[in-house]
Amino acid sequence: MAEYSLIGKPIPRVDAKAKVTGKAKYAADYSLPDMLWCKLLRSPYPHARILNIDTSRAERLSGVKAIVTGKDFGGWTWGWMASTRDEPPLAVDKVRYMAEAVAGVAAIDEDTAEEACGLIKVDYEELPGVFDPEEAMQEGAPKVHDYVQNNMSVEYHWNFGDVEKAFAESDIVREDKFRTSRATHGYLEPPAILAFYDPTGYITVWAAKQSPYFLYRHLAACFKLPLSRIRVIQPFIGGGFGGTKNDSLAGDFCAVLLSKLTGRPVKYVESMEEELTTSRRRHSMIVYSKMGAKRDGTLTAIQHRVIADGGGYTAVSPLTMYLAGFATPLPYKLPNFKYDAYRVFTNNPIGAAMRGHGITHSRFAAEIQMEMIAEELGIDPVEIRMRNAIDNPKPGAIYETINKVTLKTCGIKECIEKLARDPIWRDRDKMPRKEGNISWGVGLSGTSYLGGARQLGHQSCAAVVRICEDGTVNLITGATDCGQGSDTVLCIIAAEELGIKLEDIDIKRVDSAYTPVDPGSYGSRVTILAGQATQKAAREAKKQLLEAAAKTWQVKPEEVEIREGQVFVKSDRQKNMPFSKLAKIACYSGTGAVILGTGYSSYGIEPLDLTTGIGNGGTSYSFTSQSARVGIDMETGKITITDFVIASDCGRLLSPITAEGQIEGGAVQGLGQTVYEDFIMDKGKTLNPTFLDYKMPMSMDVPRMKLIDVETNDPDGPFGAKEASEGSIVSTPPAVISAIHDATGVWFKELPVTPEKVIRALKLSSRA
Amino acid sequence: MKRIKVTVNGILYELSVQPWETLLDVIREHLGLTGTKEGCGLGECGACTVIMDGKTVNSCLVLAVEADSRVITTIEGLANGDELHPIQEAFIKCGGLQCGFCTPGMIMSTKALLEQNPSPDEEEIRKAIAGNFCRCTGYTKIIESVKVAAKNMQRVK
Repeated sequence: MAEYSLIGKPIPRVDAKAKVTGKAKYAADYSLPDMLWCKLLRSPYPHARILNIDTSRAERLSGVKAIVTGKDFGGWTWGWMASTRDEPPLAVDKVRYMAEAVAGVAAIDEDTAEEACGLIKVDYEELPGVFDPEEAMQEGAPKVHDYVQNNMSVEYHWNFGDVEKAFAESDIVREDKFRTSRATHGYLEPPAILAFYDPTGYITVWAAKQSPYFLYRHLAACFKLPLSRIRVIQPFIGGGFGGTKNDSLAGDFCAVLLSKLTGRPVKYVESMEEELTTSRRRHSMIVYSKMGAKRDGTLTAIQHRVIADGGGYTAVSPLTMYLAGFATPLPYKLPNFKYDAYRVFTNNPIGAAMRGHGITHSRFAAEIQMEMIAEELGIDPVEIRMRNAIDNPKPGAIYETINKVTLKTCGIKECIEKLARDPIWRDRDKMPRKEGNISWGVGLSGTSYLGGARQLGHQSCAAVVRICEDGTVNLITGATDCGQGSDTVLCIIAAEELGIKLEDIDIKRVDSAYTPVDPGSYGSRVTILAGQATQKAAREAKKQLLEAAAKTWQVKPEEVEIREGQVFVKSDRQKNMPFSKLAKIACYSGTGAVILGTGYSSYGIEPLDLTTGIGNGGTSYSFTSQSARVGIDMETGKITITDFVIASDCGRLLSPITAEGQIEGGAVQGLGQTVYEDFIMDKGKTLNPTFLDYKMPMSMDVPRMKLIDVETNDPDGPFGAKEASEGSIVSTPPAVISAIHDATGVWFKELPVTPEKVIRALKLSSRA
Repeated sequence: MKRIKVTVNGILYELSVQPWETLLDVIREHLGLTGTKEGCGLGECGACTVIMDGKTVNSCLVLAVEADSRVITTIEGLANGDELHPIQEAFIKCGGLQCGFCTPGMIMSTKALLEQNPSPDEEEIRKAIAGNFCRCTGYTKIIESVKVAAKNMQRVK
């Protein structure tokens, strides 16, 4: 293994000081002189025609400066694909989910704006709503979009091999219905934007976006301005996790339009109740899973029919449904696979992306069902996984799944083996099984997630490395650190490549006027793709520096090395100088040179094939095996989780502290959706839109965590890195459900598993 | 409008506030100290935690008029110039933060804990930060940060 100065070292985050001192500024922390505040009026009905909006009383309220409604956007709509542009900034003819925004007010302060919203009179004609995706698919169900048959939003039918034949030849076939929870991101920073529409035709915004170039494109299209006049400036971001902070929101469009109308800056900060009522949350999916196996546990086929509750608009869901299918043949060898996906419009809030996007649903179903089969066949949970797990391809070799997903590295077997040797699993029978009312159990999972998510259009990340004459460096990328730590990782990559100290790299946050366009922070793509771009840009700048050094010393550039801020001739260490001196020589060469390195990523640029499901969804794939130990109070149903052990193959860890934080955080978010988190819905209304009632894990709830690093060196990642942010949110639900089964003897197929569900199930099983 | 006197990070301020304004409004809007964050505005998330007369409060739940004559410490009051507080150092070293939005509140809860109990065990740490949600870290590295901070602060003494 190469000797690295910074890669793999326990280096603190580059943004940590700003964050622990309170100096890091988030979108809501920005203000401008003469600024107005925006508030939105939201629909009290989940499905209603808008007959008339009367804003006259609100306009007369002192302090109100402008009001906009859906019509003011001139019929403009947007969406993830050209064929799915079904969402207006504000509802125009009808509202399709509860609390969809119908009007925006700008006033001198937030209270006045809110009061004005209360004075707007909207005449609605309430329409029958549809809230269950399976009902929505039926003939004659209320139509969410008039032009859409059977409310079908996204539909895929993929077929690989011959599942019918495989089931006929299987020794065991199971059919089960699984359902996943209505979970949301749960970041603490509500969406916010400060917008200024310069009357000469420029838009500048400070917005809480994890993928700011989505908003950049949306604003240009909505306001019919060239992209060169759209400036999205990136504040610090208080968590993202997909969905809401990827997409543009009603408040974003309204703040900009209200600024255009008033000539003043407009600020919009969503309340947490609005956020939790309208967030583009994880889809709740029903997975009808049919799985076949031979007597020895070898998997023969999986057939998944997935029905997702889409809510009122399409958003990013063509990708959601793709992800829920394409990775099902990972991480176990699967010779036959059939996938029928239905994403259905309902009058619920919009389903969209969330960490573990798509895969967490189908993998949960497949993992649990495989364990059920193992139990019926009398095969140990580790054994059935090892028998089916994909082998790590030899260097240079490629493993290809039935749907042509390709793996160059796969550490799943090593993850499972190491996990099985860890005391939590190995000694599970030596630990007490029953203590008073508490029944203990240990469960296990083995899963995979993609890194470097592919797209349909613009895919590459880009970076610019600019050498300053004093030897410090500006790293300019379009990537967004929304908390995951990518700024730190990118700085480490640049410093390692250049051979200089980390503190000499300064990374710029996105400012679309200056930084290169970037698809965004989703699908665990930043380390791999912005990382590769940074590596290439640093190499290009270094090449110019080495040439300048070589000229100075009258040697060849390849004879010069830069390490830890020192430049020297490899064969003659007497010839040396500090990096700062070389920077000055290089920048002053001739009459003044510009030492810039540029690069863009080239991994994983073949576009997704949504219609056939053939090919890669990512650039490379992480693998995770996880165990969980839980205690169930057999009287009250209370679930206590004491231990997680997580073995991960994330390629090479570039920044171990950052990667560990991602793995731990993902596991706890996964714990939430397994045993606590669910929006309780009643005819489109979210009944628990507060953190008091929507239960996220707190410090008292989280288990002891032990991480085991399984290192592979993936050729399609900078320094061999793969993704580390999403694997553990996929591995946690099946590990915990398997542990709950071990403790109670009950297989739970619907998330989240709450104490009430445990008690109900225990009563049923004791009756049976 | 009501007149209040409030000491924030060692500076005495005299302010005119509306009766419905909160301590959080005073800190963020009147004084421009945006290090204290507003998450939920309902006292559930802990992002707005500050120390008032030695005890942590959700500043979104304290009316500005209730803060009259009180002594408040916010995240901006922790470092001594460029010299960081040992708690801040520990959070940096252990990776006890990611997006950073809960961090100011989390650090204030830690400070109040360690002033009351200089060597807390893990259970006591978990309880002390139970009012502060963190969605990024899974708490493990935060708990570790508090342990390291406690150790370092004892060494200083």
